[in-house]
Amino acid sequence: MSYLTRARISVDQLLAEVASPARGGTCIFLGTVRNGPAEGGVTAIEYSAYEEMVDAEFGHLLADARTRWPEARIAVRHRLGTIAAGEASIGIAAAAPHRAQAFDACRFVIEEVKRRVPIWKKELRIDGTEVWVDPAGRPTVRPDSPTHA
Amino acid sequence: MASPSTATVRVRFFARYAELVGRSEAAVSVTLPATVGDVVRRVRDDFPGAGDLPDRPLAAVNLKQARLDASVHDGDEVALLPPIAGG
Repeated sequence: MSYLTRARISVDQLLAEVASPARGGTCIFLGTVRNGPAEGGVTAIEYSAYEEMVDAEFGHLLADARTRWPEARIAVRHRLGTIAAGEASIGIAAAAPHRAQAFDACRFVIEEVKRRVPIWKKELRIDGTEVWVDPAGRPTVRPDSPTHA
Repeated sequence: MASPSTATVRVRFFARYAELVGRSEAAVSVTLPATVGDVVRRVRDDFPGAGDLPDRPLAAVNLKQARLDASVHDGDEVALLPPIAGG
């Protein structure tokens, strides 16, 4: 199964993957394409990815989440392609016996996605310009970080 | 004395880096022993537009983030990764 999709993200599908009577708290996070006052007229964002590595990294980070919250169930999809402002680019559902675990697991997944999953976005603006997004203005993970022998 | 052996690696470019280099992948030969940094230097020297790549880009070898001093071997896939911007 891939964690990537080119279709609209279905919250119902994500919920169906984590729901259980034993899990009394469910947290949903949707990241949507933003066009606020600071965005300069974003009409859409074009998402691309190193798809094989994305699936590998999602596998690793969800395994990390299972270690931290063994009773939680998590479902995630990231959408690729051109996504209009207001539509979701990522959906995460985390269900756990209690709400604190669900909130924590959901937050963990989105923060790890932003830190280590190789996905890129190019803003398409109303004036016809295109801008690659660099969230920090520098690599978010240092090239000399000890992640590879 | 034996001639030095070489490795051929598949280099992949993504997003802005693919636009700079004008391609999404290339086969690059390096003399062994070689590191990710050696591959980056070869790419910057050999491909028009690649000179605008950063000296120390994020990189991955065979789907894992890699240090620039990590070794590369024949048949490896080396990916040069622009700053991550998912979500």
